[in-house]
Amino acid sequence: MDIDIQEISKLFGTTAALHPVSLAIPSGALVALLGPSGSGKTTLLRILGGLEFPTSGRVLFDGQDATDIRVQDRRAGFVFQSYALFRHMTVFENIAYGLRARPRAERPPKLEIARRVARLLELIQLPEIGARYPSQLSGGQRQRVALARALAIEPRMLLLDEPFGALDAKVRKELRQGLRDIHDATGLTTVFVTHDQEEAMELADMVVVMSMGRIEQIGRPSDIRARPASSFVREFITA
Amino acid sequence: MSDAAERNWRSATDETPLVRGLLILAAVAGMALLVAAPLLTVFVEALAKGWFAALKSLGNPDALSAIRLTLMIAALSVPLNAVFGIAAAWFITRFEFRGKAFLITLIDLPFSVSPVVAGLCIVLMFGANSAIGGWLVAQGYPIVFALPGIVLATMFVTFPFVARELIPVMIEQGCQEEEAALTLGASGWRVFTTVTLPKIRWALLYGVLLCNARAMGEFGAVAVVSGKIRGQTATMPITIEMLYNEYLSVAAFSLAGLLTALALVTLLLKTVLELRHADEIAATHRH
Repeated sequence: MDIDIQEISKLFGTTAALHPVSLAIPSGALVALLGPSGSGKTTLLRILGGLEFPTSGRVLFDGQDATDIRVQDRRAGFVFQSYALFRHMTVFENIAYGLRARPRAERPPKLEIARRVARLLELIQLPEIGARYPSQLSGGQRQRVALARALAIEPRMLLLDEPFGALDAKVRKELRQGLRDIHDATGLTTVFVTHDQEEAMELADMVVVMSMGRIEQIGRPSDIRARPASSFVREFITA
Repeated sequence: MSDAAERNWRSATDETPLVRGLLILAAVAGMALLVAAPLLTVFVEALAKGWFAALKSLGNPDALSAIRLTLMIAALSVPLNAVFGIAAAWFITRFEFRGKAFLITLIDLPFSVSPVVAGLCIVLMFGANSAIGGWLVAQGYPIVFALPGIVLATMFVTFPFVARELIPVMIEQGCQEEEAALTLGASGWRVFTTVTLPKIRWALLYGVLLCNARAMGEFGAVAVVSGKIRGQTATMPITIEMLYNEYLSVAAFSLAGLLTALALVTLLLKTVLELRHADEIAATHRH
């Protein structure tokens, strides 16, 4: 699914989190929104997911206006920075949540849900942990469960807010590859937010550098490295 | 770090044995004098003429009516306040709006207003001389000097307990899990029942227990609105006062003992819950 962001702005009270920004994301791309805190990258991601609504502008999914679609109907797999796993549910119940929340007519039967959860657990390479609770998992495992939970709803796109932010350097490297593999296997349009330029450059096909609610530069990692569009970008990517 | 801790078992915040001993003694003496002794007196006085006299006084129709009324008031006002408390806490913690601080103050108001004043307000609003009250009496639904008035007064006094217990917990927990559930397609009601309610259940139960204890024990506001009609609108606390004023000390203290026992059961329940779910409640432990 391709995403077309047209002149989106967002005001919180009187402060502008996003000045009108435009961005076209081709179907199947792996995009990094890169910038320091306060650059508006998370706000943009939340607008895509339907958790925040823009003050002005439009978002198109596959050419269709999606600006006012409710968060429940967007089918955007969202992975939160702190994963937001349901702490009182097992890993199995966490991953099955989206399927069980469907209206009765569209809800898969019990066995089918169990089968799908098992398949997702295999996809994240943790087939044995279905009966555990989030508190019994390591940080890396939690992140992968959050990813599986987001994938369970058969999303049209994958949105990740600082997916590696809470992990140590070694796990971070492993999971980067994990996300790349899942992206390549599913072919989902994927947008992730990061403040780590190395992570963005290494993982993404397309990097969007943001600062102060504006997009500074859009391009492939090699292009941004070779030709930074502004002094901000040059300083940020060499930091 | 650990070596140092082993060598020197005293931490920086530790006191000398003498100071610790004195502090413990002061705490124990204070508790004994202010809490344990009066409670013990209630039971001693109740049993002054033996178990039989105490139980017989509780079997008196007026006493039975008071017990029934008090239980009924708690059964009506506690669930209603739980619902209002959740709604208020939800509203305050999930939305940004003008006058939020004012609303929080309003929720705390019953703690600072004297219960007698609260009772008077209800009498003025719903009494037979007021417009609403007069009309309701004409329809055959009196509020004041009847059950609805007592429930209203009790609800006013106990309103803050659930909301105040929930607000800090809900602020601390944030709403990321709720947001996650929404992105997974869950409806608002489903998010509330499957995510929010399980998250706040201990704080909620805690608030409900405190609310219940206070609802059964409320005197001032109820005294004003109930009219103290024996066998009809006299709750346990009010009946205790009337019996005591009539020098029926065994009857008064027996009922007081029962009321105390109900409160102690509540307290016991609270303690058991705390022990069983210590880590879960740790974040919310404020009492």
